[in-house]
Amino acid sequence: MKIYIRAAANISPQKTFGNVPFLTEPVEYTSNRLQAVEPDYTRFIDPKLIRRMSRIIKMGVAAASQCLQDAGVAYPDAIITGTAYGCMKDSETFLSRIIEQNEETLSPTSFIQSTHNTVGAQIALMLHCHQYNNTFVHRGFSFESALLDSWMLLQENEAENILVGSIDEITDISYAVLSRGGMYKRLAVLNFNLFSSGSKGTIAGEGAAFFLLSNQRSANEYATFDGTATFYKPKDRAEAEQHILSFLNLHSINLNDIDLIITGRNGDIKSDGIYEQLELSVFKNYERINYKHLCGEYPTSTSFALWLAANIIKTAAVPASLQYEAGKENKLKRILIYNHYQNIHHSLFLVSAV
Amino acid sequence: MNSHVYVAGLGIISAIGNNIAESLAALEKEQAGMGSIRYLDTAHRQKIPVAEVKLSNEELALRSGFSHQITRNALLSMIAAKEALDDASVENISSLRTGFVSANTVGGIDKTEKFFTDFLPDFQKGKLRNVVHHECGSVTELVADRLGIRNYITTVSTACSSSANAIIFGAGLIKHGILDVVIAGGTDALTKFTLNGFNTLMILDHQYCKPFDENRNGLNLGEGAGYVVLVSDKVAASSKKEIYCKLSGYFNANDAYHQTASSPDGTGSYLAMKGALERCGLKTLDIDYINLHGTGTQNNDIAEGTAIKRLFHPHYPKLSSTKSFTGHTLGASGGIEAVFSALAIKHGIIYPNLRFQTQMKEFAFAPETNFLKNVVVRNVLSNSFGFGGNCSSLIFSKLEE
Repeated sequence: MKIYIRAAANISPQKTFGNVPFLTEPVEYTSNRLQAVEPDYTRFIDPKLIRRMSRIIKMGVAAASQCLQDAGVAYPDAIITGTAYGCMKDSETFLSRIIEQNEETLSPTSFIQSTHNTVGAQIALMLHCHQYNNTFVHRGFSFESALLDSWMLLQENEAENILVGSIDEITDISYAVLSRGGMYKRLAVLNFNLFSSGSKGTIAGEGAAFFLLSNQRSANEYATFDGTATFYKPKDRAEAEQHILSFLNLHSINLNDIDLIITGRNGDIKSDGIYEQLELSVFKNYERINYKHLCGEYPTSTSFALWLAANIIKTAAVPASLQYEAGKENKLKRILIYNHYQNIHHSLFLVSAV
Repeated sequence: MNSHVYVAGLGIISAIGNNIAESLAALEKEQAGMGSIRYLDTAHRQKIPVAEVKLSNEELALRSGFSHQITRNALLSMIAAKEALDDASVENISSLRTGFVSANTVGGIDKTEKFFTDFLPDFQKGKLRNVVHHECGSVTELVADRLGIRNYITTVSTACSSSANAIIFGAGLIKHGILDVVIAGGTDALTKFTLNGFNTLMILDHQYCKPFDENRNGLNLGEGAGYVVLVSDKVAASSKKEIYCKLSGYFNANDAYHQTASSPDGTGSYLAMKGALERCGLKTLDIDYINLHGTGTQNNDIAEGTAIKRLFHPHYPKLSSTKSFTGHTLGASGGIEAVFSALAIKHGIIYPNLRFQTQMKEFAFAPETNFLKNVVVRNVLSNSFGFGGNCSSLIFSKLEE
């Protein structure tokens, strides 16, 4: 059974949301914290609700709404989200109040909005959608699990149209904590110089991206979503290679059938080692691009990569900011995405022209 | 595609026992797990009763093999998941594709609470080791690593229906032939965060809870972990140990009414139960026992009861809320209650709904108040409903002789 990406909406640190050209005006960042370019929420959400919703909920709901609008689907058969950190700002707020007020006279609002399924629930509420609703919260596998869940439901014909996406935010606190843990570069780096920075650490990112996946054809799909796979803490390059090759084998193809590989380099010399090794072995001689200089590093950044792959196939163009020089844009029919998060969560996605 | 999903092993820890045997004994003796707060460090001690696991972090650490400094959530998860895996005693498990699909709602927030106390006044302070396992997924990984499970790992979080959805996802992985064995369920430890959260919502009973009672007054929070080991046809066929039951039906629906309240007519609950029945082709008369979500709040019990009435009237099966024993264990409740459901089928038992006195005036049914033995339990319906309108129902069925 073929699964089609009918719509893709992405709120990211780049101008990716709404009716905009495909990454023609890349946003340059001089700090190591890439913040999502937020839209005018009044187009999507009742102003009374906007005041109550925290930023991540607004981003998620707006991205989901735009995606459904683009797809022409009012009532999806399932709403599935992935988020590593959930509604972190609300959790921080409630926890801070507990400590500052010694567990007294607390207001429930931030607690209510802190649950990880809040975005999925708010979308269901807005649409009055009683259908399947699920949320995965497994670090660098959150979006991948949501996609696998979608894939299974579509294969079983339990659903025809699925709204699936991911949301993750950076907050002042998470940025401070993760910086102390060595996640980000100590010195500011221009995002376009990320891959030549040659130092430890990466840059912080965030975003909300939603997709409408369908097992039915419509007039204007972006691409087909052929499948996803994850592998956990591979021991070495050879094990990673074996997982990559068996994933392709499962789809009855090999690397020669792949026109472009999107890899998840994040500019951390340590973390990028595995990509370098693969580029000397199985990925050698294949066209590759990277994406995290555009959106930063975060556990669900693969949703940005999937949006990117879908748009490359649909527009037959690779924006200049991706430094693709092979000049075969209109021949890009099949894209493999390979990413890892902290060398723990490795994931693969396959996207093809319809 | 595999046609069936079997339950081959069970593991549990909650306020009424640290394993299957202790839990069964407490259920039979009608010993509830609620009491004054003993282990949780909170300003609400002596004021709000909870159902704590009766072990300190140090004692849980000894049983789990983890350090006592790790989040309590992982300590509980490890003990129950290990019991489930041992109980299933799957032959040649290393040659099979095994996954761990665990649910929780608060991750390692008990440790983040400690971290925040030092961190908030000065962002350079606070021990990072207390915040590294903050994420829900991190709890799952700590346990997966110790169990040696690598083929597939993920975490579900849909508030109080989390573990039921973990079990549904696990069943999908078996059906699609992606995995042969899945340990599925969930864990949630009591934390200041959740206790205060539910307290602000004013849905905590300051006495022991009375689910489905006309005079019910809210829920008691509990903690624990519960897992089922789901296996494929092939693994079940080669099992030397008796299989507990099948996971025959399941359904996930959304109430789409309010972020924290259920619709008065229980739309989501109704759709979940109806969908689960339709999936396995069972009629309401085939259900011998409903393990209720039954939190004891005004709102849940009227919504769930109304949905049951709509679906089952006038033939009601036996029904009870085991939250009258364990308290509401949030992200773990679907796993813990799946374990109780499988045990009901295997042993032919039905659990009492403790402290029930007065039938709800809206309904023509009342929960079971006695521990029943030697009953034929063919099919059990287990309900898990949560914030965000997430409603899921599971049906466990006896294997045909």
